[in-house]
Amino acid sequence: MIKIENLSRDWKEFQLDHINLEIKNNEYFVILGPSGSGKTLLLELIAGIWEVDSGDIYVDGKNMTWTPLEKRGVGFVYQNYMLFPHKTVFENIAFGLNMRKVDKEEVKTRVNEMMKLLHIDHLAHRLPRTLSGGEQQRTALARALIINPKVLLMDEPLSALDRKTRDDLIREMKELHQKFDITFVHVTHNFDEALALADRIAIMKDGRISQVGDSTEIFRHPKDKFVADFVGVENIIKGVARKDGAKITLIDTGSISIYTTEQKEGPVHVTVRPEDIILSNKKVETSARNVFEGKITEIIDNGALIKLTVDVGEPLIVFLTRQSFLDMELNIGRDVWTYFKATAVHTF
Amino acid sequence: MRKLDHTTIFFALMGSFLFFFVLIPIVNLMVSANPGIILNNIQDPSVMSALFLSIYAALAATIIALLFGVPLAYLLARNDFWGKGFVESVIDVPLVIPHTVSGIILLLVFNPGGIFGQPLSQIGLTFSDAIPGIIVAMLFASSSFVVNSSREGFESVDPRMEKVARTLGSGSLKTFFIITLPLSLRNVVVGSIMCWARAISEFGAIVILAYYPTTAPVLIYRRFVDFGLQESIPVAVLLISVCLVLFLIVRLLISGWKTYDKD
Repeated sequence: MIKIENLSRDWKEFQLDHINLEIKNNEYFVILGPSGSGKTLLLELIAGIWEVDSGDIYVDGKNMTWTPLEKRGVGFVYQNYMLFPHKTVFENIAFGLNMRKVDKEEVKTRVNEMMKLLHIDHLAHRLPRTLSGGEQQRTALARALIINPKVLLMDEPLSALDRKTRDDLIREMKELHQKFDITFVHVTHNFDEALALADRIAIMKDGRISQVGDSTEIFRHPKDKFVADFVGVENIIKGVARKDGAKITLIDTGSISIYTTEQKEGPVHVTVRPEDIILSNKKVETSARNVFEGKITEIIDNGALIKLTVDVGEPLIVFLTRQSFLDMELNIGRDVWTYFKATAVHTF
Repeated sequence: MRKLDHTTIFFALMGSFLFFFVLIPIVNLMVSANPGIILNNIQDPSVMSALFLSIYAALAATIIALLFGVPLAYLLARNDFWGKGFVESVIDVPLVIPHTVSGIILLLVFNPGGIFGQPLSQIGLTFSDAIPGIIVAMLFASSSFVVNSSREGFESVDPRMEKVARTLGSGSLKTFFIITLPLSLRNVVVGSIMCWARAISEFGAIVILAYYPTTAPVLIYRRFVDFGLQESIPVAVLLISVCLVLFLIVRLLISGWKTYDKD
């Protein structure tokens, strides 16, 4: 467990101001915030890359605030990889083991295993500059994981990668997290990443933590307007995706089944924009694949737009214009039908 | 073919002046020398011992500059501290003062009664008219090449790369030797060769601090004063050849050395 108490540090234009945070053992923890929020600085303070001005950092109950970074047992992965350019992929990954004077044969076996796990075994003798971004980040992950750190700290590890590579790595990092008994702390400004990976998320702004919670809590109940605007999503539902024909994926949320045209499998988050959902008083024939009946549980008057919550097994947020709302004579407890197209459903 | 505009042509004409101003005298010296006389000079023990002394003393000065200059360069590259600008200026001062003045400064402190010379004479080191004096004069004049070039190299290594190495279990001194130094080795080597070449050419400070034993530049001066231009040319050709070979090695290193971060 990582426990951060009253941590403060000034650094150039950034300022961390009495940060308090608890990260559980083996948790996948994401620190989410816009650039300039101080999230990288926080991560570097946990690693010991900089010294704190005040406050304490505990790892597994031990005060690590003033422990030299080589003795903290943390792994660190940077956005721009920071591979050693004069060493091959193999030598980069073997570095931590060689520092620990591990027997040569064992180093060989363990590095080969790690390279296989991250699908970079064919690159063993290449220098970092000849690798693609994705390959470099895999090497950096392998190099950090091989020393079995208590905590793996990652600073925007996926931000420099193209969409496809990033999706692949997100899936693999999830698997790696399950495979190793390591607490992952991942800093990002991208909420897709946070959604796809995090057990819990901390939202950071201007050097302060503004909210900590699991994804549902944060997205459903943003504590303040900043969090709401920053995450910017109304409908988020967890589910398990499986293929249903060549072009359609079916997501089972436990209470309803949602169709999407995106190709996914396994645990996912589903989002639907409220303006993509059509509401009607009675069942009608449409081309929309997702049709659910539910009761209105909440009505919020936002002026020109009315925000309704319809419980269809999962709470769905729907926007209506004032005129439609009045025409449909809606009120709390009323049964309605919701429709949205499979193409309007996005998954993370 | 690319069409040249007037500005490029004008600047090329102006710029070629300095190029030829340096090149023509050197080439002229090389071709005006009689190969037979140069061969005679190579067989002259006083010429060879002067050349050898210059190369050897300059090498010693370079090694001392490396030993003390590399740690200083790393400190300057990685830390901001009060008075840093002053330290940097002091290191560069020998480049901007006349070398004869350097010689006088050094003679004052390294003469047998001086603040450095007196204690060091206790352990048998004398500087006036002795090899240690030559080395000291060379070190004073050329050590800043090592410091400045090494520092540039250290600055080009991302400090975060060192931090990553440390999270992997490498101590800070070890990290310097296995990550930072190998990655900036080119700059350190280039700085050292520049330092060496500059030390071999040193005349002004040496002539004041240690006229004897005779280094090559002093020998050239003495021949010129005692016997005239013609007698000094062969030694000049030999010395310039040594310096040019060293300089050529530097240029080759700069262009050909494997850089890891670029294709």
